[in-house]
Amino acid sequence: CLLLALSLWSPPSDLPPRPQAKPVPGSSHSESSTMRQRMKDKLKAARSEMGLPTAEEAYNFFTFDFDPEPDEETRKGQKRRTRPEGENEEGEDGGDDDEEKEEEDKEEVTEELFLIDQSADDFLVFKRAEYMGYQRRLQSENELLFTPSFLTVPASSKVPENMKPRYLEEEGLYVGERPPMSLTNQNILENRILKQEQVRWFGDDGRIMALPDPIKESSTRPPLFHIEDDLDPALQTVYRKALVSKHASQYISVGGETNGDYQLDVDVSGLIFSHHPLFSQEHVLGSRLVQLYDQHLSRQHRNLTEHLTTKLNGLRNTIGNMLEVHGGQRLTPVMQQRISEYKQEVRNTRRLRDLEQEKDRTLLKGIVKIWKEIKALRDFQRFTNTPYKLYLRREEVERASDVREYEAEIQAEVDELLDEMEEDYQRKVTEYRRQQEEWKVWRRKQRAKNKKKKKTQSQLDDNEDDEDNDDDDRTDGEAEPGPPKPKPPEEPDMEGVEKQVSEKASRIRRKPGEPILVPELTASGPITPNEQCPRGEFARREDVAKRSIFIKVLYNDKEVSRTDNRSLNSDFRVHFGQIFNLKIVNWPESIKLQVFEVLGLSTTLLADVFVPVPESSILTGSAPSEELVFSSNLRVMFDHEAVGSDVPFSFEVDGSNRQTLLTSGKLSCSVSWAVGEDDVPLAPPTTQPNGLKQLDAIASIGASGLNDMKKLGEWATESRLDPNDPNNADIMQLLKVASSGEVTAPDYFRLEQLQEEFNFVSEEDLEQSRRFRLLRLRNQEVAEFRNYKFVPAMEREVTDKVFEVRSLREIVDTKGHLDAHRALVAKHLHKIRESIINRFLIAKHHFIMSDLVQEEQVPTIGILGLNLFKLAEPKRPLKPQRKERKKVTAQNLSDGDIRLLLNIIRAYDIPVRKPSVNKPAVTSKSTRSFTETLTAGQSQRATQGSDWLLNQVQVRPFVEVSFQRSVLQTTTADGPNPCWNEDLQLPFSAPNGDYSTANLQSMKDEIFINIFDEVQYELGGDRGKEVHTRLEKHWLGSVKIPFSTIYFQSRIDGTFKVDTPPVLLGYSKERSLASDGGYDAVRSLTEGAFITLFITIEPQLVPGETIREKFESQESEGLLLASEVFERDAAVHFPDRPCLTTVININGKTVFITRYLRPLNPPQELLDAFPNSPQEATDLIARYVSLIPSLPDSVSFAGVCDLWSTCDQFLTLLAGDEEEHAVLLCNYFLSMGKKAWLIIGTAIPEGPTTYVLTYEQNRYLIWNPSSGQYYGQYDTFCPLQTVGCLVSADNVWLNTQAYTSPLRIRFDVTKAKLWKPFFSRAFPNPGLSSVQCITLHIILHLPFPKISLTCRIEKILKEKIMEWRPRNPTRWNRYCTSTLRHFLPKLELSRGRDVADEHRLELQSLLGDYRISGFPLHLPFSEVRPIVEAVYSTGVHNVEASNVEFALAVHVHAYPNNVLSVWVYLASLIRMR
Amino acid sequence: MTANSPSVFLLMINGQIEGANFPEYDDLYCKYCFVYGHDWAPTSGLEEGISQITSKGRDSPHRLVWNFPLEITFKSTNPLGWPQIVVSVYGPDTFGNDVVRGYGATHIPITPGQHTRTIPMFVPESTSRLQKFTSWLLGRRPEFTDPKVVAQGEGREVTRVSSQGFVTLSFNIVTKDTKRLGYDTTATETTHTHPVAAGFGPGNQTLSM
Repeated sequence: CLLLALSLWSPPSDLPPRPQAKPVPGSSHSESSTMRQRMKDKLKAARSEMGLPTAEEAYNFFTFDFDPEPDEETRKGQKRRTRPEGENEEGEDGGDDDEEKEEEDKEEVTEELFLIDQSADDFLVFKRAEYMGYQRRLQSENELLFTPSFLTVPASSKVPENMKPRYLEEEGLYVGERPPMSLTNQNILENRILKQEQVRWFGDDGRIMALPDPIKESSTRPPLFHIEDDLDPALQTVYRKALVSKHASQYISVGGETNGDYQLDVDVSGLIFSHHPLFSQEHVLGSRLVQLYDQHLSRQHRNLTEHLTTKLNGLRNTIGNMLEVHGGQRLTPVMQQRISEYKQEVRNTRRLRDLEQEKDRTLLKGIVKIWKEIKALRDFQRFTNTPYKLYLRREEVERASDVREYEAEIQAEVDELLDEMEEDYQRKVTEYRRQQEEWKVWRRKQRAKNKKKKKTQSQLDDNEDDEDNDDDDRTDGEAEPGPPKPKPPEEPDMEGVEKQVSEKASRIRRKPGEPILVPELTASGPITPNEQCPRGEFARREDVAKRSIFIKVLYNDKEVSRTDNRSLNSDFRVHFGQIFNLKIVNWPESIKLQVFEVLGLSTTLLADVFVPVPESSILTGSAPSEELVFSSNLRVMFDHEAVGSDVPFSFEVDGSNRQTLLTSGKLSCSVSWAVGEDDVPLAPPTTQPNGLKQLDAIASIGASGLNDMKKLGEWATESRLDPNDPNNADIMQLLKVASSGEVTAPDYFRLEQLQEEFNFVSEEDLEQSRRFRLLRLRNQEVAEFRNYKFVPAMEREVTDKVFEVRSLREIVDTKGHLDAHRALVAKHLHKIRESIINRFLIAKHHFIMSDLVQEEQVPTIGILGLNLFKLAEPKRPLKPQRKERKKVTAQNLSDGDIRLLLNIIRAYDIPVRKPSVNKPAVTSKSTRSFTETLTAGQSQRATQGSDWLLNQVQVRPFVEVSFQRSVLQTTTADGPNPCWNEDLQLPFSAPNGDYSTANLQSMKDEIFINIFDEVQYELGGDRGKEVHTRLEKHWLGSVKIPFSTIYFQSRIDGTFKVDTPPVLLGYSKERSLASDGGYDAVRSLTEGAFITLFITIEPQLVPGETIREKFESQESEGLLLASEVFERDAAVHFPDRPCLTTVININGKTVFITRYLRPLNPPQELLDAFPNSPQEATDLIARYVSLIPSLPDSVSFAGVCDLWSTCDQFLTLLAGDEEEHAVLLCNYFLSMGKKAWLIIGTAIPEGPTTYVLTYEQNRYLIWNPSSGQYYGQYDTFCPLQTVGCLVSADNVWLNTQAYTSPLRIRFDVTKAKLWKPFFSRAFPNPGLSSVQCITLHIILHLPFPKISLTCRIEKILKEKIMEWRPRNPTRWNRYCTSTLRHFLPKLELSRGRDVADEHRLELQSLLGDYRISGFPLHLPFSEVRPIVEAVYSTGVHNVEASNVEFALAVHVHAYPNNVLSVWVYLASLIRMR
Repeated sequence: MTANSPSVFLLMINGQIEGANFPEYDDLYCKYCFVYGHDWAPTSGLEEGISQITSKGRDSPHRLVWNFPLEITFKSTNPLGWPQIVVSVYGPDTFGNDVVRGYGATHIPITPGQHTRTIPMFVPESTSRLQKFTSWLLGRRPEFTDPKVVAQGEGREVTRVSSQGFVTLSFNIVTKDTKRLGYDTTATETTHTHPVAAGFGPGNQTLSM
């Protein structure tokens, strides 16, 4: 039905008043078409009568609903409207034809013109609706549709034909639980599948294949709550900041609020003894019975026999099925394989089943037997000790079926066995055939060969044909052993099998028809009361009653609690029933229960029982009680009835069949994690650090600890794990992954596997970059770079020059040496130094409290007293004493902060000038002996006294101090004993501006204190009007003090001997005074000039302490301990006396000091020099030793320690400290048969040092090993100030006298009062071997021409002098030089003594014309630099006179072993005329 | 040093030691000094300083105010040893002896801009009770041999200290050329990396120690 909305369009003027022109719903097509017709007519009419509209028309015009479409649109609208009409018409006539419709579409354009004119009737066909009858429809539907029935489908239709359904479950395989499904639905589905004939959907068991139920019982995700909803406040999530666990690793790491709130519940419920020493015989039997019964029960519970039997049946059925299904057809190889596998399985299962059955059977028999024994025993002893009673319950069986089953079983087994045997036989037969075939082939070959051989043989020699044949056969057979001839296999013994099987069955199985025996054990029997027992038994029971048991609980090997004492009952069961709640903080490592038995007061530990730490899922309440077996091998014997433990006893009357039982028992307990109040398990999170976590799955099966994948795999295949069992899923997964090789555990262990990622740059870049190299060198505190400032930011700004410094140093070092040997030594020394420095680098960074924090010392009573005393002190004392100053650590110092303070007080015995026209006093040169030397003072004074009075020539000395090339001088004083008392302050700057202790210690700078004579010359004063004077300074002598000494000593105070040259031209060493005053008599025992000085550093620096570290040692522990005690005692009682018992050798190991002393042969050459005078020889040796250059250890091993090298090391290195000199000298003296000791003491200026003491001609001599000088014991100018201890080759003595000065002590070490020996009767010398070599390797000859060395030194010095005089020309007087050169060897021979006069004579010719001032310098040779420094310090080059000439001569004298003595003669000449 | 390829970068520090919070002490003054590595050098400004003594005011009974200005410029080639300021506070004890009241140190902030730092202060403890008593009695409390000790880690394990109060410092940091030398100290939020900085020397500038 169509609704036509007709619209009118006409200009308002010609619109006719037509209220009925409203659209009228047409009920039919015909109606509408007629209406259209009519409308058209009317429109025509309206157009024809054009006129004014009436009022009604007007009203209509404004109120009428117009269609806004224009005319054409209307037409189109009509067109459109018509189309559905047509369609509808066609649709209704039922012939629903698409083609037709399309056709019509095409024709539409043309048709529509006529559409208006044609009526709908032309297209419409009226027809009755088609109706299909219900029955018919059902019928047709039945053809198409299928309604599955919900009836159960018979199993037979689901499995392939002729096949029985097979139930995997029955065969012992694991079949997962299916997802639940209603039976109806299942049936419907099955029916549907069957209808579609898709049988593959059914499994072997005839059911639809289904995976096990995948739904977990509990949800793995926490339930989601929507935030919008109002949540229970308890369920609100609360933000907590991440916390760092405060527990260390051994503690349980906690995340969250349950801070270590973990609790283990240890439930000790009780214990049962399976054997106890107090068991009576009946008890033994009883407990055995109970054990067997328990075993029986547990076996019955597990019912392995039944299980295996079912499995066996299942397997048999399967094989049967398979064979049946494939009936006559040929079996595929796969099937065959499977069948044989099944058969194998059957065999195994059968064997297992048989075993189990046998066990069951024997167990039952055993129970019955023991019960019988108990009964017999009870009868025999006439009392009952145990309440056990055994009942045997009979279960009758139906005889016929039983027999049938029995027979069937036997038959099945026999069949199988036969089958197997048959198979075996067949295999053997085929094998046999194959072998026979092989053998035959081989045989044939053999024959052919033999024939060939025979032929050749026969051709060769016919005679021995026969014999050879035989031989050949044999030899061939031996040479090529073929396969042995196979034997045919034996026919299987069919009859035997049946017999065997039935025999076995009767052995292990119940006989058919026999009732099943079920034992039942009760403990309800009466026990004979004590009174009725015999005495032995009574005693035993008494004993039992006395005992009690308790259990200690140990957690991580710490006792946490113990149970109460529980007395032992007659049934040897103890019930505790105590639960211990352990709040734990540490990870549980072990839980141990200790069983103790108490008898009276004594307690004995019976056994330790280890309880496994529970899994975190094991919670209190659900934890099963475990029975842990324990035993003890304690031997216990009794004199009463009890059987004891570890004691053999017998049940038999005759004592045969003895057995020994040990105490043992079962402890039932359970350990579990507690559950908190709000049901929160108080167990630590499972992420334990206990390793093996991922293999827990395996552990649960019982193969714990298998972390070898290979083994695991083997084990899995062997044990035939069911891959479908979810219990095994973890392993299967693991194996799968392992076999795929993804988790191949590396067989190495890497500490920082992430290092590479975190590397700043690659190793190569780090190596190549100069900048990084520089940074690293600085960080390693390599000397040159230690305080390197401003490492450039850019790679390109780092020049290679920076590194050249380092390499240059080494090169220059070796070049600077004039002597190849010394260069090598220097290199070696450098190496040692490097290694030792590296060794102590770490130790240097150790700090102690006083390094960092300044703290006032706690005042002791003594200090308080002194302070009080001080109050009474005069403010300005007459003799002020130097106060201790505050010490400053050298960290925060900079240039200019430190000054060197020198107080030059006075000097003695300065050489005085000789008038230039002095008649040489010829005194006979005499070789003096020791005694002469010692008394020389007097004799000399006597001879010279008159001389002095006649020519009293003044000397005007002043002191010049030079340090680090800055020079200061005092005012000039008068006379040979001047007194200056002047303070000098020298600036001090550390190299590189590094004021660290280490750097200061390693400074090699020396302070030169030179004494000059100021000489005034008058120039051109001929007329007396003008007097021009020129000042000249003449060097008289010097004192050298290394800076390191001052640094370590902090102050130097004393009188020093001035190094004066042996010859001073123009000066004479006059004995100062004629008077024979007592003061003089003491002082002038030694010759030479002296100067009194006080030197210190301002502010006072704290010297670096030696490393506080113990060195490794090869000395015995006792010796080290004793030496430590000895030294500590010395330090406590005599703090100012240095005591040394152990020293550190060059390898950094502690060595006992006496090991260094051992007689060593001095070079033969030196001994031979003065064969007649031992004194001279001694002198020479001392001189020889002193010529070895001295190098303080503290300089070479800055801040490290004092190292002692052995004599051969010392001689090889040719450099050493005072110790080395002293040791060498002492060893030489010892070998010369002298009594010699080492003195450990302090001296000026060295500080703590080592001297040598000798005893000869009833007096003690003190030798300074580094200068070769000796002093009498009572010499006031002896530099040795304190004597700490004496060392000989076999003992050390500590000075325990009241004084330390050598003047005031006695050197007799045998006096126990005065000297405390280290090795005494109580602690004898263990016979320490020496570290020194037996003989010293001596190089007798110089490895290089010394002439060249002489020349080189001379050349260098000349160049240097010219260099120092840049403004003046330097002329060399060749004549003088050659004279001097001649003179030097003589000086060497006389060792610088008493040659001045002789020398003066020689120079006489020159002296006439020139005024000469000059002197020879004598130095040990090590390097050129010290020589140059010494020459510079004399200041000869400073002569400003224009007509000055110079003379320089060098002489090198070689002593054995490359020890060189260098003489430099230096003179300045000024022409007089 | 040309503008194109600088070889040093500059770190300019303006700021002040604003004040301190020492609840128990009064009349304190403070000293400061800078500790820096080998590759650093001050180019201008005061390296060390000592402030006036300040007393607690009536209005702010807990606060000591110094408002002691800091102004120093460093130049450096290497951020290793970035400057630290060490502040030590002194004041009289009950007997009028000048004793140390606290040591503290902090690194100069590395990012340009304004920063405020509050340093907790501490003093070394006496080794024993007797020492403590005598040091209190004599007014010679234990002190660090060198205040610079507190800016270094080495050797601190031998000391024992107790906490005192707080010192507040404010810094205004200006850097120059740090980025050009490959040290980007500004926060990563500022995503504008200048092409100059990015394309500058790929080899060595980005690496530093």
